[in-house]
Amino acid sequence: MSARAAAVRAVGWPLLGVAIVLVAWQFGVMLSGVAPYLLPSPAAIARAMWEGRDMLASAMARTALGAAIGFACAAAAGGLLGSVIALIPFLRRSLYPLATVLQMVPVVAVAPLLQLWVDNGLPMAILSAAIVALFPVLAATIDGQASVDPGLRELFKLHGATRLRRWWKLDLPWSLPATATGLRIAAGLAVIGAVVGEFVSGYGGTRAPLGIVIQAAMRDARTDLVFAAVALTTVVGFALFGAVSLVGWLLVRRWHASAVNDSEERR
Amino acid sequence: MIPAPPTLRFDCVAREFPGGVRAVDGVTLSLSPGSFTAVIGPSGCGKTTLIRLAAGLDVPTAGRVDAGTTKRSCSLCFQDPRLLPWRRVVDNVALPLELVGVPRARRHASALEVLQAAGLAHASRMLPAQLSGGMRMRVALARALVTQPQVLLLDEPCSAVDEFTRMQLDAEILRAWRACGATTMLVTHSVSEAVWLADRVVVMAHGRVHADHTVRVDRASRDRSDSAFLGEVEHCMRLLAAASGKAAA
Repeated sequence: MSARAAAVRAVGWPLLGVAIVLVAWQFGVMLSGVAPYLLPSPAAIARAMWEGRDMLASAMARTALGAAIGFACAAAAGGLLGSVIALIPFLRRSLYPLATVLQMVPVVAVAPLLQLWVDNGLPMAILSAAIVALFPVLAATIDGQASVDPGLRELFKLHGATRLRRWWKLDLPWSLPATATGLRIAAGLAVIGAVVGEFVSGYGGTRAPLGIVIQAAMRDARTDLVFAAVALTTVVGFALFGAVSLVGWLLVRRWHASAVNDSEERR
Repeated sequence: MIPAPPTLRFDCVAREFPGGVRAVDGVTLSLSPGSFTAVIGPSGCGKTTLIRLAAGLDVPTAGRVDAGTTKRSCSLCFQDPRLLPWRRVVDNVALPLELVGVPRARRHASALEVLQAAGLAHASRMLPAQLSGGMRMRVALARALVTQPQVLLLDEPCSAVDEFTRMQLDAEILRAWRACGATTMLVTHSVSEAVWLADRVVVMAHGRVHADHTVRVDRASRDRSDSAFLGEVEHCMRLLAAASGKAAA
């Protein structure tokens, strides 16, 4: 299969799926006569998006900023902490279960507490996004580094490698595919976390992010605008997920089975 | 100047695993400098445990292993290639030197030299996934040789390759041994391979040395189809059969 045909297959089929859903939705709303404040049609949502494009673009940029910074913080902290925990067995036994328990706490429940510690607005969105995105990176890093082939560990032991050198030259590259998976999951969650942070902290005026736009539109019964803002949060999530997936793929594309098999399937 | 290879000694070496399993049970062996010794025996007789003890990957519960050299000049080629999939062949071969801090230019030159000698220079920039099973094993052998070891340990390096590749690898092992002159210990399941490569064949059973045979065919005139060579193989087969019977008993 040519590269062009592969690209058409990769993008074309999902787009066709979306088109079918949108057409069915449009006709469903028109034929059923459901009130627009309960379920607006895709055309009405598109109109709302176009009319409020300046405000929505600014809101999307704010949400994207909060999610991206929160994600970057989670990626750095999760990768670093995960490596330290994986490297020191005592920490793995003592801290990892604690981290597992902490990630069970819903961020919505602790969000009011976060307000005590950071300013409302962007800092709150960043912190909320970082908290939600931290655990997948942490868990993937620890599991990835703990699953290094024992045979390769033995090879490093045979040649007298120090623990730190083994981590740098073996554990870290070995765990890249697993960490990339954790980062992809975290990318999607970071957007959810950012929006939750915006819901709780609420910073409005001309600097309103998507979370606030959604709340304000709900109060005004502008369901079409709510849908438009929700669609844009999905776009932010998709963009972040796509960027992280691309970086992950670039790092392992030449040697890891996941990337190699993917390329061969496309051929 | 490369120092003379040392004697590899096992003095009443035992290795008992939790649960009371004695993989190695009082082995005393002395491998003379520069010699080539093959260890054969039925599965579970302790061959691999013995070679791991020699490599320092395991410690004996009793007795003493003396490789007569520093850890760095003792090298082991495992049953499987154990190559790092993200590294090119040349970087895989250079790994042992990299781990002891040899500068990049020097370790690459050494790795390329070993690859050249092994006829693998054309593959130096390839990734392990691009190589056949036999080539991966040859790269692993090159990695074991890059440190110019004085003690070379080979743990069934040909166990996972076809007969033709095995013969190629055997020739490669022989060439490498002649070039480095290391005191060499080969663990294998193939009697023919043991007789072809080694000066001495040690047969193990139940963690002990069952027989110790010196190959009587001159190395220069070894021919796999020659009757004297086949006679040696048959003799070692009988020793192995006796050892297997002992192990089964």
